[in-house]
Amino acid sequence: MIVADKKPIEEIVEEVKDCDNILILGCNECVTVCEAGGKKEVGILASALRMYFLNQGKDMKIDERTLERQCDQEYLDEIRDIADQYDAIVSLACGVGVQFTAEQYHSIPIYPGVNTCFLGATEERGLWTERCQACGQCVLARTGGICPVSRCAKRLLNGPCGGSSNGMCEISKELACGWQLIVNRLEALDKMDDYEKIFPIKDWSTDRAGGPRKVVREDVQI
Amino acid sequence: MRLQYPSSVKIIRVPCTGKIDILHILRAFEKGADGVYAVGCMEGDCHYNSGNFRARKRVEQAQKILNTIGVSGERVQMYNLSSSEGPLFAEIAQEMTERIRKLGPNPIKQAMKKAA
Ligand code: SF4
Ligand code: SF4
Repeated sequence: MIVADKKPIEEIVEEVKDCDNILILGCNECVTVCEAGGKKEVGILASALRMYFLNQGKDMKIDERTLERQCDQEYLDEIRDIADQYDAIVSLACGVGVQFTAEQYHSIPIYPGVNTCFLGATEERGLWTERCQACGQCVLARTGGICPVSRCAKRLLNGPCGGSSNGMCEISKELACGWQLIVNRLEALDKMDDYEKIFPIKDWSTDRAGGPRKVVREDVQI
Repeated sequence: MRLQYPSSVKIIRVPCTGKIDILHILRAFEKGADGVYAVGCMEGDCHYNSGNFRARKRVEQAQKILNTIGVSGERVQMYNLSSSEGPLFAEIAQEMTERIRKLGPNPIKQAMKKAA
């Protein structure tokens, strides 16, 4: 999923302080799972902002709404009838949702309420870690199912650098060396032969190096 | 035991303090409560194992949010006691009431009155 983290309330206050009427818009998908932008977080932020502004002597109208998704037009359409009444929308979706909402509602400023961090997994409640950088040419089949692009600090493709020590990466003693993980796994799978194969030069044009990307699937287009 | 405790304390029963959410605490302040405290079982004695630990974390988060928005976080507290400690329950109610008295009324309540 896409992992996001809450923005400090102070930062959001700064963005909306001149508005009279705002909508806090949550998303039911990834940001709900990582407890940053779901219905509950919408409620908490709205409540905190209401009290903050009241305390400042400002009676700001703050409404709450959470959509199934903000990265799909059909769900964004659900606020079509009400969007115009707001001076601003604070979207607690990931950066994709914030932008897609802005594209659908041109005349209303949309502010992000979370910091979108990475594609990752929930290791345990309250701990999310990165697993994929969406490079567009997945190599997991060759690396024992562990991603060298997202889990090796240098994105190396042919084994570890010289800084790998005791299983840890040279950039931090707390970070496992991605290549150590790959080798351990290949050994466990009895597939160390894979490790000996030299990776051909990776085509990074499907990664960010090729500029903004798109997927076109004529087979599913209507 | 017929113990006395301040009549300003309103009890809201929950199945376990783990049920209490930050939102419940914030809403209480939005609605004008001067203080909120959670009374959970002794640490290590939760029937659901970690309910009272969760409550403590949420109380701490609510304190942080309240500090940020200018409502003293001290107005929210967590207490732990066992169900047989009636006298302690009354003592805590007294202690909390005194704490809130010192802090004065909830500024949100006053701001709401002004705005109305
Ligand atoms: S190789 Fe690329 S697509 Fe596959 S997990 Fe790593 S970053 Fe993601
Ligand atoms: S120590 Fe390991 S994870 Fe860190 S940069 Fe070197 S190979 Fe990559």
